[in-house]
Amino acid sequence: MEHGSYKDQSASTFSLAEDHTLANALRFTLNQDPRVSVCGYSIPHPSEARVNIRVQTTGDPAKEVLKDSCQDLMMICQHVRSTFDQAVADFKNNNGSESE
Amino acid sequence: MPKVPLWDLPELPQNQLPLHLQLQKTRVSCNNDAPTNTENVTYSGAYAALGIDNSLRLDEFRNNFKVKVIKLNEEDMEFDLIGIDASIANAFRRILISELPTMAIEKVLVANSSSVVQDEVLAHRLGLIPIKVDPRLFDYMSENDVPNEKNSIVFKLHVKCERKSGERLTVYSHDLEWLPSGSEYVLPTENSSESKPKTYTSFTSSQVSLPEFENNPITVTPGIIISKLAPGQEIELEAHAVKGVGKTHAKWSPVATAWYRMLPEVVLLQDIEDDDAQKLVNKCPVNVFDIEDMGKGVKRATVARPRACTLCRECIREPGWEEKVALRRVKDHFIFTIESTGALPPEVLFTEAVKILEDKCESVITELS
Repeated sequence: MEHGSYKDQSASTFSLAEDHTLANALRFTLNQDPRVSVCGYSIPHPSEARVNIRVQTTGDPAKEVLKDSCQDLMMICQHVRSTFDQAVADFKNNNGSESE
Repeated sequence: MPKVPLWDLPELPQNQLPLHLQLQKTRVSCNNDAPTNTENVTYSGAYAALGIDNSLRLDEFRNNFKVKVIKLNEEDMEFDLIGIDASIANAFRRILISELPTMAIEKVLVANSSSVVQDEVLAHRLGLIPIKVDPRLFDYMSENDVPNEKNSIVFKLHVKCERKSGERLTVYSHDLEWLPSGSEYVLPTENSSESKPKTYTSFTSSQVSLPEFENNPITVTPGIIISKLAPGQEIELEAHAVKGVGKTHAKWSPVATAWYRMLPEVVLLQDIEDDDAQKLVNKCPVNVFDIEDMGKGVKRATVARPRACTLCRECIREPGWEEKVALRRVKDHFIFTIESTGALPPEVLFTEAVKILEDKCESVITELS
């Protein structure tokens, strides 16, 4: 859910049903985007799984910037996964041939 | 860094930070009293005044990111993630512990228990036993669902300590038998005119008929003590296992634990020779330092195994040593260790955790669109 102004789309707060796992990683990728001027997250109450992510940009609509950051995070994850699989396969090949 | 007048500072290529800023950005300085520079400089415009772009370039990330596997066997693995930020490494660790699904015993139907262990304590212990089955083959069971072969696993435990034996019998986890055809206990119903009585589960086909389980019966980790029986005592029960995640209860966590630490870096700021070198080598409890013979009887200390450093700070505890030895941690090099409980091998666990983070991002994108 997005809380922001209809007139000025560049700053808004997104209230998501998430926790530190996703919110901290999203905050990192948001910070790295050059269009973002301020970003941060807070957890209103620890008993409720809700996180408020605040995004303020230099003009672009905040929703688009957040979506792009999610895409960036997905690409990071995919790259991590492929590199990891490659490294595990290499390790198994090297150790398989050594033990023979 | 020694103090140098502004006009004597060395010329650097355009896109590089000055050395002291690079040190602040990439290393945590572990001093005698407390670590400093622990925060990550993630803001894209942090060095805008210097004209240096700090933003994330995916190509740069792809070029710099490396994974090195150090140890890998069926139970645990140790690997290095180089070039990634702490927030993402922590996200993987949190998902590994709490959001990867596993199968664990949830409902226990006790037919007869004359042991000293109370029923609820027995059920709690049974829930914590790891079940060696791939949880991806099963579905979640919600409140309205009927237990069937796609969402539950049934185990039976029937042990009796004979009076004649005279000594106590230990009930182990490998005494649990897998029942591929479902529950054997009949539901109490009014009319018994039906040919096939209804049991507590409704398996339409036996689980053994599935290709994954044909020659591969579902087992639990053997050797775990469940209870002890004295002569004449008996336990007869059925345990139903369902799929869940560690967030709900720790019994559904697929890892014994998963943790990471940052790569330690030990730097000798001055040349340490002879007696001092010997003292340094003796001080370190994990043998990080070594003596190098320089010839002519001069001995010098070198850093041989910085990875083994546990940051006990013994080498900088005494006054005067802090100028000679610098203890640091590399902020983007994580040494990950994953210990699996047996359901899935650790490399599969990590791959699943990354997939789950991707799915979370996707659900946020769909929610926003």
